[in-house]
Amino acid sequence: MQRRLFDEMTSPDGSARPAYRHISDWLKWSTLDRLRQRSTEAEVLFRRLGITFIVYGDDGGTERLIPFDVIPRVFSADEWKRLSDGSIQRVRALNMFLHDLYHDRNVMRAGIIPEDVILANAQYQPQMQGFTVPGGIYTHIAGIDIVRVSENEFYVLEDNLRSPSGVAYMLENRQVMMRLFPELFSEMRIAPVDHYPDVLLRTLRGVAPGGAQDPTVVLLTPGAYNSAYYEHAFLADEMGIELVEGADLFVADNAVFMRTTEGPRRVDVIYRRIDDDFIDPLAFRHDSSLGVPGLLSVYRSGRVTIANAMGTGVADDKSIYPYVPALVRFYLGEEPLLANVPTYLLREKDDLAYTLEHLDELVVKEVHGSGGYGMLVGPASTAAQIEIFRHKILANPSNYIAQPTLALSTCPTLVEQGIAPRHVDLRPYVLSGEETVVMPGGLTRVALVEGSLVVNSSQGGGTKDTWILEE
Amino acid sequence: MRIVVRHRTVYNYDHAIRYSTQYLRLTPRNNPSQRVIRWNVEGQGRLSPWTDGFGNLCHTLVCDEIVNQISVSANGIVETTELNGVLPDDGILPIKVFLRPTQLTQIDSEIRDFVVPYVETARSNPLDAAHELSQALTERIVYTEGSSHVHSTASDALKNGRGVCQDMAHVFIACARELGMPARYVSGYLYTGDEATPQVASHAWAAVWIEGLGWVSFDLANKTCGTERHIGLAVGLDYASSAPLRGVREGGSESERMDVQVMVTQA
Repeated sequence: MQRRLFDEMTSPDGSARPAYRHISDWLKWSTLDRLRQRSTEAEVLFRRLGITFIVYGDDGGTERLIPFDVIPRVFSADEWKRLSDGSIQRVRALNMFLHDLYHDRNVMRAGIIPEDVILANAQYQPQMQGFTVPGGIYTHIAGIDIVRVSENEFYVLEDNLRSPSGVAYMLENRQVMMRLFPELFSEMRIAPVDHYPDVLLRTLRGVAPGGAQDPTVVLLTPGAYNSAYYEHAFLADEMGIELVEGADLFVADNAVFMRTTEGPRRVDVIYRRIDDDFIDPLAFRHDSSLGVPGLLSVYRSGRVTIANAMGTGVADDKSIYPYVPALVRFYLGEEPLLANVPTYLLREKDDLAYTLEHLDELVVKEVHGSGGYGMLVGPASTAAQIEIFRHKILANPSNYIAQPTLALSTCPTLVEQGIAPRHVDLRPYVLSGEETVVMPGGLTRVALVEGSLVVNSSQGGGTKDTWILEE
Repeated sequence: MRIVVRHRTVYNYDHAIRYSTQYLRLTPRNNPSQRVIRWNVEGQGRLSPWTDGFGNLCHTLVCDEIVNQISVSANGIVETTELNGVLPDDGILPIKVFLRPTQLTQIDSEIRDFVVPYVETARSNPLDAAHELSQALTERIVYTEGSSHVHSTASDALKNGRGVCQDMAHVFIACARELGMPARYVSGYLYTGDEATPQVASHAWAAVWIEGLGWVSFDLANKTCGTERHIGLAVGLDYASSAPLRGVREGGSESERMDVQVMVTQA
C-alpha cells in the first residue's frame, strides 16, 4: 500500500503548487550558500533572544535551541479557511463538552461517551462540578495539532487544551524571518501574527469575573526551571502584564491579590501555566509550593477567572480524542470540518487483536503520554523493538491506542544535503473569550531526519515559520 | 435525637505567624438523617463561605495578622433521625467518581490480596460483602490513638494493623473500590453518650454505595453502621478532600501545637 507522499510545494509533475509559486522561484534564485548563511544568522538571532527549550532526560546541557528552518511553510487563503473553521468548530464543541461534563452530563446520559472513560480519567476534576465559568469557556487557549496527507485531507492528531506551549516560537520565528528576508514580506501578502499578544490579552480580559472594570491579568508560571519559562516571560512581557509565581499571590476576603511594591493589588484573571495538581495546595497536592492556597475557593465563588480552567485536561486526553467528532455532532449539530485519525482503542478486544496483528504498520501511543515519548512507530521499528512493545501492550492494553501510520505531507527544508522534503505538522492556536478566533499561522514542526515522522522538539524536530497568504 | 456540638481547634505557634489560609469544612448539610437547627462557624481572621465540588459547605479562613495562636470553632444543634446509616445520593457527582483511587487510598498488592475472599460476594451481594469486609478489617486493624498522621495511607494502616478512625475509613474505602463498589469518606461527629469527657478529635467513617439502597455508612472505629448518633460534616474521596480543617501558614517555624476539643452532648 505504498502511497505517494504529498509535498506541499511541488506537484507530482514537478510544477509548484499555487500557494508556493513565489517561494519556489525564490528558492531557485537563492544559492545554498546564501540560505545557509541566513540560517546561521537566524541561529545567532535566536541565541540573542535567549529562546531555548529544556529537554528532559538529556544528559548534555539541558537547555538548547530548537533548530529553525528558514524555508517557510505556506498555506493559501482557502486552505487556511478550512483549517481555521475546523479548529474553531472543534474548540467550541470541546468547551461545550467541558461545561456539560461538569454540569448535567447530558453527553453521558445520551450514551455518546461511556461514563467510565470520563470518570476513570485522572484529569476529570470533581472540584469543577456545578460551577459555571465566565462565558462557558474552559479552554481559552487551545493548540490543535493537525497533519496533512494530501491536497484535501487534513487530520487532527490531538487537541491541546491545558496549557499548550510553542506560541512564542510562532512569534519569534516570524520576527526572525522578517529580519532575514524583508523582500519576501514586501513581495507576498502574508497575514500578520504579531498581534497575538494583544488578542490574547483581550481574550483574557474578556473573561474576567462579571463587573470587573479594567481587569488585572497576570501570568502564573511555575518558575525559571520550567521548560517553557522563556515563553511565560516572553508572553507576559509582550502583553505588558505581571509574570508571577505562586508566592507572589495570596487570597484574602474571597479575592486574589498580588503583592506589589505599592501594596496588594486585586487580580481578576490568572493566565496560568501550571498544572491543576499544583495550583492550590489546600485543594490538591498539599506539597505544592507553586500554587496559591485558597485559590479554588475564590475561583468557585466566581471572583477570579483561571485560564485555562481547572479540569480541562479531561477533554484532551487520548482516551477522549476518538469521541471528538461525535461531540461536534452532539453539541453543534454540525458535521466535523476536520477529521480525526482513525483510532483503535486497545481496551476493546477487537481493536487489540487487529493492532497486535498489524504492529508493523501502526503507530501505538500511550493514552496519557505526550512529547512523542513511549510510542511505537511500526514501519520505522525493528522486529525486536516491535516485540518489546507487544509485551508492553499486553501487560496493560487499556493504556494504549493505535493509529495507522499517516504519510505526513512534506515541505522543502534546508538540510545538510541541500533542500529536501521533510515531514511536517501544524499547531494553530485558537483563542476563546467573548469570541473564538484562530491566529493566521501557528507552529509548524518539522522532522529533520530523512523519513522520520516524529516532529517533537524533544525528539530532534525543528520549526518553520507558517505563512498564510491573504487573498 | 437532638445533638449539641461544640468543636474548638486551637493552633499554637512558638514563633508568630504572618499569614495563614485554611479551608474549613465545618458546616453540616441537611439530609434525610439530619436537620441543622442552628450552626455557627467562627475563626480568627476573615471567613468567606463557599461550596466545593462535592457540595460541602466550606469556609475559607484567612488570618493576615501577626499572631501566635489561631482558633477555629464550630457550634450548633442538629436534629438526627435513625435511618440505619442509609442515605440517598445527593445527585451532585456521578456515583462512579467514588471508584477512583487517591493518594491516600492507593491500591497496592496487600489490599488486593486482602479483598480476594470477598470478590464473589461483592458481585452477588455487595451489601453482605461490605459487612464482611468491615468485620474483617475491624479484626485486622486495632484502633490506636497516635499511631498515624494526616498523610498516612490506607496501605500504611493495613500493613501496621493499627490506626485511628481516619485510617480505618481509608482502608475500607480502598478495599471497597478495589471490589468495584463506590465508596466515600465522611467526616463528622459522634455522640458517644459520655458527656463528661471531651473528645480529642472529630470523627470519620466511610460509606459505600449499594445499588437500590443508597450510601451505607460503616464506622469501623466503633464497629457499627451509621446511627442517629452520627452527624456528617463533609464527604469526599478521602480525608484530603473532606478534612474539617486544612491549612497552610507563613512563619511560625516548624513547631505547631494543635489542641482540639469536641463536646458532643444531647440537647
